[in-house]
Amino acid sequence: MGPLTFAALAAGLVASALTVVLHPNPVKSALALVVTLFLLAVVFVFLEAHMIAALQVIVYAGAIMVLFLFVIMLLNLQDDAAETRGSDRIALRAGAWLGGGVLAGELVTLFLRLPLAAPSAAPEGYGGAAVVARSLFTDYLLPFELTSILLLIAVVGAVVLAQRREA
Amino acid sequence: MLDQYIGVVLTFALAATVVGLMVSASMLLGPHKRAAMKDQVFECGNPPSGTARGRFSVRFYLGAIIFIVFDVEVVFLYPWAIVLRSLGVPGLVEMTVFIAVLGVALAYVWRKGALVWS
Amino acid sequence: MWADAGIAAATSLVVLLLVLSLCFVLLWVERKGSALIQDRIGANRANIFGGILPFNLGIVNTMIADPIKMFTKEDVVPADADKLLHFLGPFLAVFPVLVIFAVVPFGDVLVIGGHSVDLQAAHLDVGILYVLAMSGLAVYGIVLGGWASNSRWALLGAIRGSAQMISYEIAMGLALIGTVMTFGTLDLQAIARAQGAHLWGVVPAWGVLYQPLGFLIFLIAGIAESKRVPFDIPEGESELTCGFFTEYSGSKQACFMLSDFAEIVVVSGLVTTLFFGAWQVPFLARDGWHFPGGLTLAMPHLAIVALQVASFILKVLLFCCLQILVRWSLPRYRYDQLMDLGWKRLLPLALVNVLVTGIVIVLAG
Repeated sequence: MGPLTFAALAAGLVASALTVVLHPNPVKSALALVVTLFLLAVVFVFLEAHMIAALQVIVYAGAIMVLFLFVIMLLNLQDDAAETRGSDRIALRAGAWLGGGVLAGELVTLFLRLPLAAPSAAPEGYGGAAVVARSLFTDYLLPFELTSILLLIAVVGAVVLAQRREA
Repeated sequence: MLDQYIGVVLTFALAATVVGLMVSASMLLGPHKRAAMKDQVFECGNPPSGTARGRFSVRFYLGAIIFIVFDVEVVFLYPWAIVLRSLGVPGLVEMTVFIAVLGVALAYVWRKGALVWS
Repeated sequence: MWADAGIAAATSLVVLLLVLSLCFVLLWVERKGSALIQDRIGANRANIFGGILPFNLGIVNTMIADPIKMFTKEDVVPADADKLLHFLGPFLAVFPVLVIFAVVPFGDVLVIGGHSVDLQAAHLDVGILYVLAMSGLAVYGIVLGGWASNSRWALLGAIRGSAQMISYEIAMGLALIGTVMTFGTLDLQAIARAQGAHLWGVVPAWGVLYQPLGFLIFLIAGIAESKRVPFDIPEGESELTCGFFTEYSGSKQACFMLSDFAEIVVVSGLVTTLFFGAWQVPFLARDGWHFPGGLTLAMPHLAIVALQVASFILKVLLFCCLQILVRWSLPRYRYDQLMDLGWKRLLPLALVNVLVTGIVIVLAG
């Protein structure tokens, strides 16, 4: 994709990501996260990963974020300013800046060390549903079956947690 | 491959314009007369009984989690459905195992009563 | 590239106009049709033509006067409500539903001056996944609509409504897997074209013959998604006033109602495309008629295209009327019965359908 398109997409992504982190209202923060995930799907489309782009919107922006919104509304989370006390806030802020700074430093170092060769042309049908499917069910069969176990564990865990609350 | 999406982008832009105009039509065209009674929420004539920010049943949270799990299952089923013919019987067996495990999950949720009044 | 963009713009415009005008027609069909079913007259006050006709079809009333009224009413927002979310609610309720139609093909190819135009706004390879993605986004309109109203009853209606929508989304997604297995592709135009074949030379190979159970599950789940009767507890017209959109007036309320009709059109469009041959007319191929006895009849290209588009619109209209008929004939499901139907009956049925179809395809070829 051209540099202009990429710059526009990147700006949009960074802006919505910053909104997620900085906005005091939790519902608007969650909505900004939906926008971020959607823009990420657009990036995937430009990288020729059509299947993953669709799945990103279906699962992440369409299911997981709905869960986030449910939790925010069910727990009646208030705006940011009211919750934390003064000393807690300073500790939280210090920790956030430290952790974020370390992560940013690592990413920058990694990026500067990458060899920036031009990417080779993608093979025919790359990123389409058929190609992804074939490799998923032949080469990556074991992770696929393990995913079902993972999902089962998630369901059992959620039920146990929810029912303990009620009991 | 990418020019497939021009139609999508244009439909998005057109639909956004039309819907945006429709939603703001009342704001632009309608009268603006504020009144104390209009600012309150509607409760069939009773005075408002308190803020909306109460707490709701945890069943909705459970429902959303189960939805995610089965959404992921559906999402795995689609690529399988496309290449089923070339995968043959092994492909069918693989997916049957997957569906069986998630069937166990559904049965567990069913037995535990989490699907009641979900 | 500009030619492609121009063609895409034209098809997108056609598709949007198609959906919106169908919604308008459905407004009238709903009001006069329900009046017919309930043995009453229905809306008949606004009348331009004076006493020319002995009866009043109610067209001016429902299709012109009512929309004008709704769009010019005052926009009342409760005092503590969040203005941005109050705007986004109706927007996100209608927008994803309208854009689903971008991948629904309304015709085969139209050849103008050597340029062949695919009569589909966006010819995506992953068409069905796009449909699922957009219908997933439609939940946000309901959730935000209820939350932004700052009203306990609206929020309750919204949470129940969105829980209902997500439950039936699974059933919808699973119901289509059988169709995808049968045709081996996610591309809607390819599925439409594949239904042009004829079994044993006589019977058109429409999707419903391969996937009758899938069709039923998809139709029921689609009606439940759009929260129409018999599944309209979240709107609860006789109970919670309007449920999640109680606090909306004027054009925002009109948008929520528009989302109702738009979902009817979209569900009908998808059912037509995947199970009833989309734009296919039996025995009509790209070059003319091919009757089973061996008789062929050539036809001009434009006539064929017109016939196919007309057949598509007719089929969609038929299913829309079916849904309206269902609405005015059935009583409402209770909420727990509704969720039972979604999780405990449709979901296992759809899974069984997938497995059986899989076995048949793999063993029988």
